[in-house]
Amino acid sequence: MSLGPYASFIVWSYLLVALVVLILIGWIALDYRQQRARLRELEASGVTRRSGRGVADLS
Amino acid sequence: MTLIDLANPTRFLSLTAKLLPWLAAATAILLAVGLYQSAMAPDDYQQGATVKIMFIHVPNAWLSMFVWGVMSLSALGTLVWRHPLADVSAKAAAPIGAAFTFLALVTGSLWGRPMWGTYWEWDARLTSVLILFLMYLGLIALWRAVEDPSRAARAAAVLTLVGAINIPIIKFSVDWWNTLHQPASVLRMGGSTLDKAFLIPLLVMAVAFSLLFITLHLAAMRNEILRRRVRALQMQQASQPRA
Amino acid sequence: MTALIALLRRDIQVALRIGGGALIGVLFFLIVVVLMPFAVGPDLALLKKLGPAILWLGALLASLLTLDRLFAADHDDGSLDLLTMSRTPLELICLTKAVAHWLVAGLPLIVATPILGLLLNLDGDATLAVALTLLAGTPALTFTGMIGAALAVALRRGGLLLAVLVLPLSIPVLIFGVAASNAAVIEPAGFGAPFSILCALSLAGLVIGPLAAAASLRHGLD
Repeated sequence: MSLGPYASFIVWSYLLVALVVLILIGWIALDYRQQRARLRELEASGVTRRSGRGVADLS
Repeated sequence: MTLIDLANPTRFLSLTAKLLPWLAAATAILLAVGLYQSAMAPDDYQQGATVKIMFIHVPNAWLSMFVWGVMSLSALGTLVWRHPLADVSAKAAAPIGAAFTFLALVTGSLWGRPMWGTYWEWDARLTSVLILFLMYLGLIALWRAVEDPSRAARAAAVLTLVGAINIPIIKFSVDWWNTLHQPASVLRMGGSTLDKAFLIPLLVMAVAFSLLFITLHLAAMRNEILRRRVRALQMQQASQPRA
Repeated sequence: MTALIALLRRDIQVALRIGGGALIGVLFFLIVVVLMPFAVGPDLALLKKLGPAILWLGALLASLLTLDRLFAADHDDGSLDLLTMSRTPLELICLTKAVAHWLVAGLPLIVATPILGLLLNLDGDATLAVALTLLAGTPALTFTGMIGAALAVALRRGGLLLAVLVLPLSIPVLIFGVAASNAAVIEPAGFGAPFSILCALSLAGLVIGPLAAAASLRHGLD
């Protein structure tokens, strides 16, 4: 597939989009793990929720 | 399942846990299909292969406006209907919308260099998107400046709605200003004037990016709900007398 | 009504007295306009061309600086809480405060414009046009700025955040203000349209500004 004389522009565009999207996904995934870890810590130190459900429960 | 059922954060969390894998899979598949179609698309007789940048530039540009629309609806939810998850939705959407706006600007700039010979031009569309990007950043700054999440939510909701009014004004005013100074190079692409060979990959990518936003948004909302739970429990723990 | 008039007089008196008052905005306006030739070069023809834009930018930044004091001083001494709890609608209170602010901070800028126009080698027509557009446009700046001031009122480091929030909202006013000023000089037939849009923006700001500011104050001070 020949990308013509401006190939580097096309490639850079797609690479940057991929990079930013991956950074977004990574940040959200890491944040998720961080919050779950904090919830587990809190559960281990004996904190309870009003509803009585598990602290780190997702349901 | 009505909107009011989703008002319960716990029910929202369990629904999200079930939906996310499917949404992520659908996004991945559509992105793969869209990328393949973009690669296979023919060269434009004027632009050559650089027309392929359109397939990622246009979806990002559409989404940058769409996300502000989602935030505006969430803002109404906060201010008018007091829907509990409206705050969460607005806060989660802002960074994602800012990212799409950034990508729209960057891909547009990289497309502009071969097309117009310049990385940047102060014409109507570019300028309005740049201002939109600044407004996203201002909104994120406001979210972070206020400590209490529900107070931050209300301030952010007002700013979001004022911004929603401002966006068509800016678009319109810059259009007008530009005709006084110099003619803009208008990209002539309307829905039906675009050839099917380009229209189909574009639409597929648009749907793929929209699904990407929905997936990321729900995941980010889940994180925000957990973050608030952590905060509430930490405050509870801090106020408990130690044995 | 008398309550609002009393508020207006109080705000004006306070603004004119405390530490340099709102008139320091005019001083800042002067400094910005003086700085421009140092940055741009003393070429009189260039300054004449850029004149309306420089004056508008100076006025925008000067009014931005003085917006900080719109609610902050009242918030600090507790009178903002009293105002939000009074029987007079908060929207009208915000409107009155904005009018007071414009009288003390915006109007002096317009009065200073002819003098500063001399520094920028603007002729009589151009200066009059800029002054007229400032007259029509500075209310819009005050009203939209008030929204930012209300949002940032409770924040300690509110200053820069206020600027970041308000500037994108002020861009349409700037665009039409400069467009009208330039049109008056280059091609007088084209003055009417941007000028009327500028007036429209001020009128829209008159309605939206107090509504949004009152909403922000109510929600921010809970």
